[in-house]
Amino acid sequence: MSFINYSSREINCKIVYYGPGLCGKTTNLQHIYRKTNPDQKGKLISLATETERTLFFDFLPLALGDIRGFKVRFHLYTVPGQVFYAASRKLILKGVDGVVFVADSQVERMDANIESVEDLTLNLQEQGYELSKLPFVIQYNKRDLPNAVALEELNRAVNPDGITWFEAVATKGNGVFETLKGVAKLVLMELRKNY
Amino acid sequence: MPDFDLVMYEAEFRRIDEELKKLYHQANAKVVFLVDKNGQLVASAGDSSEIDTTSLASLTAGNIAATGGIARLLGEKEFSILFHEGEKDNIHISLIGHRIILVVIFDNRSSIGLVRLRVKKSTEALAAIFNEITSKSETKKQEKVIDDSPFAEITDEDIDNLFR
Ligand SMILES: Nc1nc2c(ncn2[C@@H]2O[C@H](COP(=O)(O)OP(=O)(O)OP(=O)(O)O)[C@@H](O)[C@H]2O)c(=O)[nH]1
Ligand SMILES: [Mg+2]
Repeated sequence: MSFINYSSREINCKIVYYGPGLCGKTTNLQHIYRKTNPDQKGKLISLATETERTLFFDFLPLALGDIRGFKVRFHLYTVPGQVFYAASRKLILKGVDGVVFVADSQVERMDANIESVEDLTLNLQEQGYELSKLPFVIQYNKRDLPNAVALEELNRAVNPDGITWFEAVATKGNGVFETLKGVAKLVLMELRKNY
Repeated sequence: MPDFDLVMYEAEFRRIDEELKKLYHQANAKVVFLVDKNGQLVASAGDSSEIDTTSLASLTAGNIAATGGIARLLGEKEFSILFHEGEKDNIHISLIGHRIILVVIFDNRSSIGLVRLRVKKSTEALAAIFNEITSKSETKKQEKVIDDSPFAEITDEDIDNLFR
């Protein structure tokens, strides 16, 4: 649910990074934070445990530039991936404009990926959204690891509808901005459709 | 979609701004904010130059969301007021309708009693304005007559330019 302010000529959109525990959601935001000009970003806020697992959310506001005289702002959030934080994940999805599903490419995380997509679908449904109608992209992260499964297999498991996907090594930054751009584009297209 | 996008026009924005300024003065506050439940700053009054308002907005919304979750677990609909007391500054958080959060930050030049009283008065006025905004964006969206929409003409190139 975007917030369009004709008075200050701003538009704010909320993008949520979703996925199983340790798949690299926070790492995505950290990379974006590091590589963005100071005048284009706010603070990266991480509500995390002592061991750097996301407890509630990470938040990064980005002001990338203008479109037709309107300042376009993206508010990026990550959810906590660990299974027992289910209630928090639901809260963070409220009012979402676009979703990035970060999958962990490692073979031993395949079940966790599938479980997490199902969790995402249900949580959105509870709020009256349909994943297939939402701006939504998938990122296959950790492509650098030797135990990464083939892309076809990942697509079969978590991407039956064949939506846009990206390969990434978030720790090195590979694919991170491509993913963000992919979802941002869909969000802006959605605005074009509605207004 | 479960909720309509929030679309704010100049006229309503000015009325909100006025109402906030009034509250700011009457409550002797340091600063007053309106935040939407998704964590976006809507308006503010007072000196916010020392405060990271974007972060504050997102964390306030997180706070309300978390306490709202707790409320539902207890069978309450929502906790409509939150109050945090600090050594110097205090923060009073309350709900306006079901999607806007009012935040008042004050120190010992004011008091919780005064803030409560003034917030109560302003809440009604602000709720009325937000109701108008909601119905206005609803009809406009249904009729597809958003004035000088900047989005109708977005091109792929515009989007690519954002990521230069
Ligand atoms: N080898 C490799 N490690 C990665 C990659 N991306 C992230 N990691 C590592 O995976 C671990 C978890 O990353 P986080 O970004 O904290 O994971 P998260 O998805 O935020 O996890 P939760 O907050 O628990 O949901 C960290 O040690 C990262 O350095 C990658 O592309 N390759
Ligand atoms: Mg995390």
